[in-house]
Amino acid sequence: MAKEQLMDYQKALETYEVVIGLEVHVELNTNTKMFCGCANVFGDEPNTNVCPNCLGFPGAMPAVNGKAIENSIKIGLALDCEIAATGRFARKNYFYPDLAKNFQTSQYDEPIAFEGKIDIEGPSGKVFTVDIERAHMEEDAGKLTHVGGSTGRIQGAEYSLVDFNRAGVPLVEIVTKPIYGAGDEAPELAAAYVRSIREIVKNLGVSDARMERGNVRCDANVSIRPKGQEKLGTRTETKNVNSLRSIEKAVKYEIQRQAHLLSQGTAIIQETRHWHEDRGATSSGRPKSDADDYRYFPEPDLVPIQPSKEWIEQLRATLPEKPAIRRKRLQELWGFSELEFRDVVNSDLLDEIDDTVKAGATPQAARKWWTGEIARIANSEDKEISEMPITPKQVAEIAGLIDSGKLTDRLAREVLTGVLAGEGDPAEIVSKRGLEVVSDDGALLEAIDKVLAEQPDVLEKIREGKLQAAGAVIGAVMKAMGGSADAARVRELVIQRASGE
Amino acid sequence: MSLISRPASELAAMLQSKEISSVELTSQQLANIDKLNPKINSYLTVTHEIALAQAKQVDELRAKGEKLSALAGIPIAVKDNLTTIAIETTAGSKILKGWIPPYNATVVEKILANRMPILGKTNMDEFAMGSSTENSAYGPSLNPWDLSRTPGGSGGGSSSAVSSMQAPIAIGSDTGGSIRFPAAVTGTVGVKPTYGAVSRYGLIALGSSLDQIGPVARNVMDAAMLQDAIAGHDDMDATSLPESLGSMTEAAKNDSVKGLKIGIIKELTGEGFQAGVSERFQEALDLLVAAGAEVVEVSCPSFQYAIAAYYLIQPAEASSNLARFDSVRFGLRVMPEGPATVEKVMAATREAGFGPEVKRRIILGTYALSSGYYDAYYGSAQKVRTLIQVDLAKAFEKADVLVSPTAPTTAFKLGEKQEDPLAMYLNDIATIPANLAGIPGMSLPVGLAKEDNLPVGIQFLAPAREDATLYKVGAVLEKLLENKWTKSMMDFAPELKVN
Amino acid sequence: MSEITPELVRHLAGLARIEVTDAEVAQFASQLAVIVDSVATVKAAVGSEIQATSHPIPMSNVFREDVVRPSLTQKQALSGAADSDSGRFKVSAILDED
Repeated sequence: MAKEQLMDYQKALETYEVVIGLEVHVELNTNTKMFCGCANVFGDEPNTNVCPNCLGFPGAMPAVNGKAIENSIKIGLALDCEIAATGRFARKNYFYPDLAKNFQTSQYDEPIAFEGKIDIEGPSGKVFTVDIERAHMEEDAGKLTHVGGSTGRIQGAEYSLVDFNRAGVPLVEIVTKPIYGAGDEAPELAAAYVRSIREIVKNLGVSDARMERGNVRCDANVSIRPKGQEKLGTRTETKNVNSLRSIEKAVKYEIQRQAHLLSQGTAIIQETRHWHEDRGATSSGRPKSDADDYRYFPEPDLVPIQPSKEWIEQLRATLPEKPAIRRKRLQELWGFSELEFRDVVNSDLLDEIDDTVKAGATPQAARKWWTGEIARIANSEDKEISEMPITPKQVAEIAGLIDSGKLTDRLAREVLTGVLAGEGDPAEIVSKRGLEVVSDDGALLEAIDKVLAEQPDVLEKIREGKLQAAGAVIGAVMKAMGGSADAARVRELVIQRASGE
Repeated sequence: MSLISRPASELAAMLQSKEISSVELTSQQLANIDKLNPKINSYLTVTHEIALAQAKQVDELRAKGEKLSALAGIPIAVKDNLTTIAIETTAGSKILKGWIPPYNATVVEKILANRMPILGKTNMDEFAMGSSTENSAYGPSLNPWDLSRTPGGSGGGSSSAVSSMQAPIAIGSDTGGSIRFPAAVTGTVGVKPTYGAVSRYGLIALGSSLDQIGPVARNVMDAAMLQDAIAGHDDMDATSLPESLGSMTEAAKNDSVKGLKIGIIKELTGEGFQAGVSERFQEALDLLVAAGAEVVEVSCPSFQYAIAAYYLIQPAEASSNLARFDSVRFGLRVMPEGPATVEKVMAATREAGFGPEVKRRIILGTYALSSGYYDAYYGSAQKVRTLIQVDLAKAFEKADVLVSPTAPTTAFKLGEKQEDPLAMYLNDIATIPANLAGIPGMSLPVGLAKEDNLPVGIQFLAPAREDATLYKVGAVLEKLLENKWTKSMMDFAPELKVN
Repeated sequence: MSEITPELVRHLAGLARIEVTDAEVAQFASQLAVIVDSVATVKAAVGSEIQATSHPIPMSNVFREDVVRPSLTQKQALSGAADSDSGRFKVSAILDED
């Protein structure tokens, strides 16, 4: 595939205005699927959580999961949406082998929630109000595996295999109105928006919100138009961009790609595009065409949803605080500087640090570990921090071991490596690897005396008040102890010795 | 008199008193099927072993003194669009040939819970699209009253089975008249209950907002007992009524129509109806009036749009319901010529697996829903439903039940309308409004048309949820007619000559 | 004059994933033309003020408890499939991307 040409990002932004629109699919974490009693779980043997309904067997009928409706309403309320007095399911008709009935039960002109908004802070700290057009319920499709050909892609595959375990898993699709005026912050804003949605659904407890499992998926619509032009440009829809980093990169890529084409006088084709993480590029998918006639009509097997005002208010009363308010509260609570706090938010570590603090760590220690060592390792392994196999509780435990003097920073980093390697909880690793700080003064004094015997002049210098001379002794002792000593205690002991005690 | 020509209600009493056994009855029934079915083609599948095993079991339970349901031990025929575990289910289509469902329809579960031996699966127009069974991929069923004629459709398998003593009772499904029209032309009783009275779970859908399962029987009491056995709320069907509609069996014990107001639907009488049909219809009304009922005329002007609305809504819903027949998870798979892609396999399978009427309706339904046409066609048709409901509500202010002939004519000849889909559609003029409005309807035999000696049916319609009214008036009229004839409808039936 | 042209029949058959022969297209076009002319009467029957009825018996809020019910076994799920492989339904190569 020929590499597409891109315009320099800054140059593109000088010439064109960017308009983005985001469609986020949230998989709900109900016990059962949207329309049947099959378990909604990830990772089971293929086609074991399936029934006549989710396999589209002749005669099967859908039965709506009330919990999924409740969760959808909660999402709508959290996004400041109106909740529809009457909502309805509709059939979206198209043929695809992962769609058991060859129609998707979705919502069309009567979504459960509409007309909402959410404040999103851009990277510069500027707050954008993103208008939500609608949040509607629908069912997920099955999972296709492409076999043969190259690298498991659909192109060139010999055949495909279908697992319907995921078919019928409840989804809420949240659609924004077009977002104007984000300028060079558009890519970051897109990621920040998805981060906020993720945070909201996670805090509501309605989704596991794990992007790497596809619990939250984003389709990014991008169009550009020459500055000053009123007419919107032709948009592309980049499908299933499934990490925050990718969203940012994909939006940026599309801006640069489209800018190059327009600058060459080439028209943008309205199409779906696919994001390829490996080469950091989007590729052309299916063009939108007249053939996209989904023949929506009200699902005759289901009756309308008419949530009562009382029910809606009951649910509203259960909502957790809004992300913007929560951030403000946490920043004050933790006493982070603007810079520190923005770093935490942009690194998508708010929940991790909150949970780590709740597990007993100081805010600064929690911040230091997550934005420091863990982020560094994640980055070097090219992973999302959320994918790292360590829990906030484990991080708090490590911080606690340092505070109680059982670990030095250096040892703690080794323990962290052990946790990430799956060796167990910090305490287990400390004992397994024998990493505990030597807090036995006898052993330390023995080492100190040995060093002092080799450097007799040092004691004299310390006695004369040249305390920095102790440094050489401490270094030598630490070395002799293989690092498993508390440097501060060694220093105390050296000074005691010098003062003749 | 052999057992098999007796009504189910009598047989049930004989089983309860242990005068006969279910094995005895079921064996006789199967023997008659073996004799007649090769000619009449009522059954697509006959389940000898299953029926006899179930009969044996119910006899054993009865011998042990277990409490059994009213119809326990009565064998039954099931239309082939209801899913049955371990029994091939085709809905009359080639695309499902050989399909053994891994689950039972709720109605089938209820039949099993009532311990009724299942004799087999009955023939039908492919996916219930048709009024004659000529659209079955497995050949038409024949009308036992005249083997050159249709037993009606789509449920001609069930109607011909019940009228030729191949089953005492049967399950049908009615989307636009598929229980009532076959009943009318075979001299049997057929009821379409209120939409939602009987669970549709496991019914292979045609028009989901129109479909309803109901009983086919040789008299009103049998139909009532069967409706009681299969009705009731089901949380697998979101459109299933939450409340019970009461006992139809009790309603069928009614013996008076004094003061009952019967509304004759102006638009469904007179012109366009065969003379012999109108004559029998009038005679039935006269009997009811003589018994104390009052007749009023009502008008439902929007009925003129009923067929048009129906032939938009039903194909539209069917086009979506039948999309699942794509060769991936069940049913036929046909490989295309040349390199196979899944798209081509699907298209080739649907081309080969669906008959012409099914394709016609899928294309029509796709059109009715397609962008740019939705409002004019599907949208307008759904509004016609509202008009029909309004007309009916007004009519039911004046009358307790509405009446019309069930069909404009007696059974037509096989092949007569096959080349003219529209003429076939017009046949459903009297039955369709009940499906569009969701109200219950019953077809009851009222004798033979003078000109052709073929059965004529009267249709009663009642307001939604008032199915009992149908059984009340039906039971009285049936008795009045039998008193007049001094025999039952089935006693008019000619001896079946089969080789 | 009917809107049902052979081209439209082909387009609709494509949407409905049915391969059609030229003979079928011609036949369906002429038959559907008659039917469509006949059913088009509904357009004149109704005004914009009339509500559509999509469910004959009005009901709302029919929900199920979020409690797991037994699923089919993998064997049952695949029992009717034309082809399967390692617990999954097997289909020919997919041409269109979703």
